[in-house]
Amino acid sequence: MQRAVAAAEQLAILALARADGLPAFAADGALSSWEVFGQQLVTGLSNGMIIALIAIGYTMVYGIVELINFAHGDLCMLGAFFALTAVGALGMSEWGGAGGAVGLVSLLVATAFFCGALNWSINRLAYRPLRKASKLSLLVSAIGASFILVNLGLFWGGMPMDVFAGGNSSAAPKAFPALVEPEPAAHLGDVIVSRPDVLVLLVTVPLMGALTWLVRFTKLGKAMRAVAQNPTAAALMGIDVERVIGATFFIGGSLGGFATVVYSIYNQTVSFQMGYRMGMDAFIAAVLGGIGNLPGAVLGGLLIGVVRAMSDQYIETRWTNAVVFGILILILVFRPSGLLGAKLREKV
Amino acid sequence: MICTMSRSMFRTTASILSAIAAASLLLAAAPAAQDGAKTLKIVSSLPRTGSANSQTTSIVNGIKMAIEERGGMVDGYAIAYDDMDDASPQKGNWDPQVESANAKKAINDPAVVGYIGTYNSGAAKVSMPMLNKAGLVMVSPGNTHTGLTKPGTGEPNEPAVYRPTGKITYFRVVPADDIQGAVACEFCRGDLGAKKVFLLHDRELYGKGIADVFRKSAQASGMEVVGFEGIDPKASNYRSLVTKIRAAAPDVVFYGGTTQTNAAQVLKDLRSGSCKVPFVTPDGTFEKAYIEAAGKDAMSPESGPVYITFGGLPSEQLTGLGAEFVKKYQAKHGEIPEAYAVYGYEAGRVLLDAIDRAETKDRAAIIAAVAATKDFQGALGTWSFDANGDTTNRMMSVNTVKDGEFAFVKAAGGGAGKAN
Repeated sequence: MQRAVAAAEQLAILALARADGLPAFAADGALSSWEVFGQQLVTGLSNGMIIALIAIGYTMVYGIVELINFAHGDLCMLGAFFALTAVGALGMSEWGGAGGAVGLVSLLVATAFFCGALNWSINRLAYRPLRKASKLSLLVSAIGASFILVNLGLFWGGMPMDVFAGGNSSAAPKAFPALVEPEPAAHLGDVIVSRPDVLVLLVTVPLMGALTWLVRFTKLGKAMRAVAQNPTAAALMGIDVERVIGATFFIGGSLGGFATVVYSIYNQTVSFQMGYRMGMDAFIAAVLGGIGNLPGAVLGGLLIGVVRAMSDQYIETRWTNAVVFGILILILVFRPSGLLGAKLREKV
Repeated sequence: MICTMSRSMFRTTASILSAIAAASLLLAAAPAAQDGAKTLKIVSSLPRTGSANSQTTSIVNGIKMAIEERGGMVDGYAIAYDDMDDASPQKGNWDPQVESANAKKAINDPAVVGYIGTYNSGAAKVSMPMLNKAGLVMVSPGNTHTGLTKPGTGEPNEPAVYRPTGKITYFRVVPADDIQGAVACEFCRGDLGAKKVFLLHDRELYGKGIADVFRKSAQASGMEVVGFEGIDPKASNYRSLVTKIRAAAPDVVFYGGTTQTNAAQVLKDLRSGSCKVPFVTPDGTFEKAYIEAAGKDAMSPESGPVYITFGGLPSEQLTGLGAEFVKKYQAKHGEIPEAYAVYGYEAGRVLLDAIDRAETKDRAAIIAAVAATKDFQGALGTWSFDANGDTTNRMMSVNTVKDGEFAFVKAAGGGAGKAN
């Protein structure tokens, strides 16, 4: 009986919708071509900034130990699971107002610490013992670490919590609560800048600023640059090389932690497989900008974000991956060291 | 910590490998058992790893219930059942290599007389020709891609390419997408009053197939198709696509895809991008995992309406034998089964019925018996297999989501099959 009522109700809604010719559902009218361009730019830059933040993790590690840390994307994935667990355990999606803002900042910091510590441990356990071995062993070790993290994510997804849909299906994608409601924050004509877009901006830009300051003007930053240039000489100058490398892994990982929280709020989905895609985009961004070069990673990330959005709009979605990789190939053919990766580092 | 983890994982892997080795030894011993104890074996190949798991668990339960109803015996033969997984953890979805290995395993086991599967049409494409050559009957509870059976509806070489011997060995108990796509289109045009539709698909056999059918029906009925795009089912978000959709200003968005090919993400990005038009998806999303992945906000009525078409009736709406099945299922498993459970049950029943009718219990005789199924009194009503191996059943339904549960909207179809 109840079911019949519900069905009748649905039909009534349908009839209403039909009578009004769907006014309530219709989009806010067609966008002009400039508005479309502007909207794609906003989307592209938001995606690009998240990619850039992850790309920094790749490029920092490469700059200092010449390792492409394949586990980085999956590290971010585990960070997202950590954040989702925290959100679920503390019932954070119900927090509003000032409490919500404080909660969000704490979540960002906690996840960043988690990812930083995890990255530091991976370096300590999987990379440091191979420091004197060939670069290839290190690379294989990174791929192994990546597999382990993916499988940890698969187990973690089976956690019996509401936010994990009761853990019924560990491999299923999970909905990440919209801690920042995806509502418009500003309208520029019909171009919508949503609140998650603003969140991306508010998190990434200060972090990139802080990182630049750290690398340029602090003692640790100086030590990092010295180790990147020549670890042996740096050691001779009294720099504890392993400590500096550990710190680099921690900082790169924690930036990934910030990025993954923003990513999860922006996309509202986490899954154990998301690390591959995050890592792939960020890795391309790092190579595009010149691997080992910090501003290059940011430029590469923004470029990939914007190219993806524009290709989706003006070419066709199914060509987007081809366009991105095509550009990567072209740039590597004409500028093998990437856009900004000219002569900043000299290694033999 | 990570070291110990990897070691224990190694141990798990090693034990799984040895279990597989043991299982294959048992398989090798199977032919000997066949003569003595008169055992016939049915296997199913469904994605048991990944988000389709809760759907396929209920299908497997349906098959098991069909076997139990006959007391595990048909015409003096004991029925053994093997539940195979055609998904891999790497993909979280069906995997062509695993599906092909499953088909080989079934073919090489002489005790196997029936293959129930697959869930995904793309997977059927892999195993259909293999089973056809081997002369083993295949009954699918879930494939809806039209080209698998119906000439002239899919690619030019379909369905002949799946039938290398020219004989029909594949049957399905679920109505195909030519009916479903047309029903979805008719619902958007008639009930929602949509004049412009934006079509998306996941570039898979099933998703693109149903989007193609929708496009054809839309053009035939005078609905304007303002966009037709194959999306990347692994993308992290579809924000830029949403802008494109907003610019085209459709009245409705249809996505030919499944939960596993990111339907929930498309929905979320539409809603985040302030696009509140109705979002319609086919039966590949008619499972709890879709609601779970999309989350409360995207599925709430304020965000915009969501509709899911399904090739049949949802469990609660079934009548007769179907309603009885749901009642028994609920008593046994403590929950209402997912939508495809009854198709698992029906596939199991029709196969057992054919084994019962077959004079000799060899593979060829059983194929002939399945093909001869006529006016079958099933959980889905009375139906037959037609010359292509399709069910004559054409009942469809449109559903929505309410308070985090699927809710029935209306039954459709019946006579609607005009998409070709």
